[in-house]
This record gives sequence, C-alpha cells and structure tokens, in this order.
Amino acid sequence: MFDLDKWQEIFAALRKNKMRTFLTAFGVFWGIFMLIIMLGSGKGLQNAVFDGMKDFATNSIFLMTSPTSEPYAGFPRGRRYNFRNDDIEALRNAIPEIDLIAPRMQARGGSSATDNVVRGIKTGAFTVNGDYPEWNMIDPVKMVNGRFLNHLDILHKRKVAVIGNLVQEILFEEDEEPLGQYIRINGVYFQVIGVFTPLNSNISFGGDKAQNIFIPFTTLQQTYNYGDVVGWFAITAKPDVSASVIDAKARDLLKRRHRVAPHDEQAIQGWNMEEEFNKVSGLFMGIEVLVWIVGIGTLLAGVIGISNIMLIVVKERTKEIGIQRALGATPRKIISQIITESVFLTTLAGYLGLSFAVFLLEIISRALSASGTEDMAFKNPEVDFNIAVTALLILIVSGALAGLMPAQRAVKIKPIDALRDE
Amino acid sequence: MIQLKNIHKSYQMGNNSLHVLKGIDFSVEPGEMVSIMGSSGSGKSTLLNILGILDNYDQGEYMLDNKIIKTLSETKAALLRNEYIGFVFQSFNLISFKNAMENVALPLYYKGVSRKKRNKTALEYLEKVGLLDWAEHMPNEMSGGQKQRVAIARSLIANPKIILADEPTGALDSTTSYEVMDILKSINEEGITVLIVTHEEDISRMTKRVIKLKDGLIEADYIPEAMEEFATVN
Repeated sequence: MFDLDKWQEIFAALRKNKMRTFLTAFGVFWGIFMLIIMLGSGKGLQNAVFDGMKDFATNSIFLMTSPTSEPYAGFPRGRRYNFRNDDIEALRNAIPEIDLIAPRMQARGGSSATDNVVRGIKTGAFTVNGDYPEWNMIDPVKMVNGRFLNHLDILHKRKVAVIGNLVQEILFEEDEEPLGQYIRINGVYFQVIGVFTPLNSNISFGGDKAQNIFIPFTTLQQTYNYGDVVGWFAITAKPDVSASVIDAKARDLLKRRHRVAPHDEQAIQGWNMEEEFNKVSGLFMGIEVLVWIVGIGTLLAGVIGISNIMLIVVKERTKEIGIQRALGATPRKIISQIITESVFLTTLAGYLGLSFAVFLLEIISRALSASGTEDMAFKNPEVDFNIAVTALLILIVSGALAGLMPAQRAVKIKPIDALRDE
Repeated sequence: MIQLKNIHKSYQMGNNSLHVLKGIDFSVEPGEMVSIMGSSGSGKSTLLNILGILDNYDQGEYMLDNKIIKTLSETKAALLRNEYIGFVFQSFNLISFKNAMENVALPLYYKGVSRKKRNKTALEYLEKVGLLDWAEHMPNEMSGGQKQRVAIARSLIANPKIILADEPTGALDSTTSYEVMDILKSINEEGITVLIVTHEEDISRMTKRVIKLKDGLIEADYIPEAMEEFATVN
C-alpha cells in the first residue's frame, strides 16, 4: 500500500540535510559499485581463460610412456617401451567407464624442424598428427570446408589429410580450392579432405593449432613405419564418472601389460584434464570468494554509515517522534517509518551503484569486443542476473537491519521525554 | 470523566529520588473546563503528562472514562491517546514539513483514515478555527496564534473527550492569548472537557474551575472570581 504521508516524511527528512544524505548514500553506492565491478572483472578473467579451453573435453586424461624408474620382472630400470595397438582393445574391454579412446601419434618433423610438407613450389613446417575421429570430440576443431577424418579413413588407411586454416594459407593460393588437392607430407602424397579453424587457443599439442595437419592414425603408422606403436592415449570418462577413476585404472592396466613395476610413477607420464580444469575453476572460485568478502566488507561499511546517520536522524527528530506519539502514533508506526527510510536510502543508493557498475561493465565489454582481438586476457566482463538480484536483496535486508537499531532507540524514548526535548 | 485517587509520582535523578506528586485526589466531570495552576516545580506538568497517558504513575489510581489507566503497553497507550485525548502544547509542536491541513489531519492518519477523507475533515476543523485560507501554508509561514489555532484544530479532529492544553498561551501575547482562550471556551461549550495547565492568573480566571498545586499536593480547588461574578450577574 502506498502511504503518501510516510513518503512525505521520508523525503522531508532526506531533503533537510542534503549533503549528509548524499555522503551516507555514497557509502552504500560505492560498496555495491565495487562489489559488482570486482565480480564482473573476475568473470571477465574467467571467461577469457575458459574461452581458451572451450569445448575441450574436461573429463579427459592423457597418457604416454617414459623410461621406467624401477627394475621389474627381470627388466632393468631405464627401459624404454611403447604403447601398442592392442592396448586400445584391452583398455576398452577392461574399463567400462571409458567413453572415448583416441590413440595419437605425431609424425617426425613438424613445427620446429625443417619444412616437412610440400605442394608444388610452396613448403611449410607443420605438425602432422595421426588421429582417430574420436580426437575431434575430445579437442574439437571447427570444420570450415570439407570434413574431419572418419572411421573408413582409419579402416582403409586412406592417405587423406585435414589441414588447419594457416596450412591452407601457406600451401594454397587465396582463390584456390584446397579440397581434392594433394600435398606431400614427408615425401608421401595425401589428398586434402577438409580445412578447419581452431576453437580454443589455450590448450595446444604441438604449436599453433591452425598449423596442424590431421591424417588417419593407421595411415600414419603404416606410411611412416611405426608398426603398431601408439604415441599416446587421449581417453575420456563417461559423463557421470570422474576422470581420476579411469586415470588410475588405465595406468594400472597399462603397467601390467607392459611389465612395469606397479609403483613406478615415472613409467607412465600424462595428465588429468579434469584436475587441471578443477585447479583453474578452484582459482576462480577463490577469486570470487575473495571478491565477495571484500565487497560485502565495503558494503557493510556503507550500511553501518546508514545506521549511524539514522541514529542521528532519530536523535534530531526526537521531539517530532514525541509529538507523533502524543497524537496516537503506535510504536509500530514509528519503527516502520524509520526502517522504511533506511531501506529506501540503502536501496536507492545501492540500485544506483548497481546500475552504474553494470553500465560501466557493459561499456568495457563493448569496447573489448569492438577491438576484436581473439586472444585476450579479459573477455566479456559481466554479472549474471542472479548476482544482481542477490546484491539487491542483501541491500534491502541490510537497509532494514541498519534501520532496526535506530528505530528501537526511537521507540524506547518515552513520548514525554521526547516532548521535553528542546 | 476523570478520577484521580492518591496519585504519587517520583523521578529518579541519579541517586536522589524526587517526589513530585505526593497524593493527588480530584475528579473532573464531563464538560468541565479546569485550569491547573502552580509555580514551576509544583508538579503541574507531571500531572498533565499522567492525565495524557504520556507518563506512568507510581501509586494510586487514575480512571479515564471509567477505565483504569495503569501500566499500559505503548501501543495501547497510543490508541487510547488517539481516541480520548487531544493535546495542545505551549510550543505548538506542529510538524514542520506538513502544511496546516496535513498537520490537522495527522491524528486521523494514525487512526487509519484515508487521505482524502481526513484532509476533508481537516478543512472543516480549520474553518472552525478560522484558518481555512491558510490550509496550504507551512507552519513556518504562520504566526504563533495561527499555529496554536492549527494545533487546536488538530487536537479536535479525532473527536476526543478531553482536551489537554499545556500552557497553550505561554508563547503568545495577551491579545492572541485571549483569542486562543475564546476558541478553547467555545470547544468546551460543545461539551468537551478541557484541562489547561497555566501559571497565568488571567488565563485561569477564564476557566470554570481552578486547581492550585503546591509542592505536589492540591493547595486549593475553587471557582474563579470572574466566573463567580459572571454567575452572580446572571
């Protein structure tokens, strides 16, 4: 119910001391402003980092061999060994929690070596990966032309290649259609069947993703004489299974199959994407918690300021309150009056702070996206709607709390004392 | 209307207790116009506060309209004040940010009367005290006499049974004092009980009964001369 007299009194009280009202409100304004700006900036950092890992399967693990560090089963320490093709089936059969297995292999040459890929008079040094189609579900790329590898390519060991957009730029003329053309990789011709652009930039195996070439895993093994050697495994867990579970199981199995000491931590290297992802998430969680602590602290200072001023307002209005009570105002009416005033001031100041902060974040966001660069340490600073609503609720509640003590003080004054107060 | 039996009241001043009222007995019938006189410190303001349910008393019995008034909650006291008593103060005590009409309407606001209705009623009462043209003026634009008339209109609007006036003419010159007293008298003639605390003889002489306090006790309770003369002339 709108009560004109109540609001008349509130505005009269606020107008009476404009400077004081302004400074008090500014405390809350600043508190919420800082909170939102900090939350938004934290979100901006987070967006930038997570954007760099966008679409990467976070429940994945990566395993590769390394010389053993313990003698076992008659073998000396320092033995070198390789994963083999039959490990793929063994892993799939023994560990039902596994979703995808992508054995991988990199051809010799590549980014740091001399030019390994030739087309006519154009040459380039690119990373050449032997892959299964599953790889595109673990670290997806965006196909801009043609298709990615499929299982028939694997089965028939086709000499086909999917190339990054930079590979196309270097090996082809601008107006040339790359699909169906042949490129020579380490002396063997491959037909180009697709062109891709990278989706994420923060995770990369072997140089700039745009300079990668994918060929079928089986083709790579046969063409370049790797036999049944697997370079490394990328494995994902089923949606409801933690990557750590398959990590432990896969390591155990591979150690048994390759006669590695069960406690040899060196022999299988790799990492757990889930753990890495959780670390990053944890970092941002930490930042957010810190922001809330600092933000709420600042806000609290503002609210205490309001409470303080309300105490002074009550003191100044002691006589007025006395008159009102003599005329029949109940204590409830007085309390409601003072709390409404406090909530109003807090909410108004807070809302302004909120709007101003969101406005500023929006400007920064626009400016950033207008500058248009892809790799930024800061992206899309924003506050989600829930946080804004939460902040507003915190404000209203804290405004009520700020008014509570002064209101009780006002009611405690006996009407007679209030009237005597000159 | 009002019955007081052996009312005692003391104030705690640090370690000392100040015994202000030492057993007050009197009763007021409906429609009386009584002035309570006494020098400062005689306890007249304290008595008025007790009568106005603004303050508690320690001992005795206070009956207002046959109801015992004792240890009420603040909320109940507020409702009783609103229903029975209209206050007129020495320093007018108008709310500075409300205009005359809104000030008059205030008791009805606390009663929960709608704004439209209470402002209409307020205008009627302002007309009664001759200030209809000043309805939209703020208190700081009015003279002392006008303010007091607004205050009287405010005290009347909730249809109280009793008007309690604490030195209503204390801040006014004698001409305006008499004007204010005339208004209070006419109110009394309508049947409302009026109690006036004053220390001015000429004011008390305009009432129908004078109760004189001294050191917390009733020193005298009499009909003033002017009234006697008035009575004899009639």
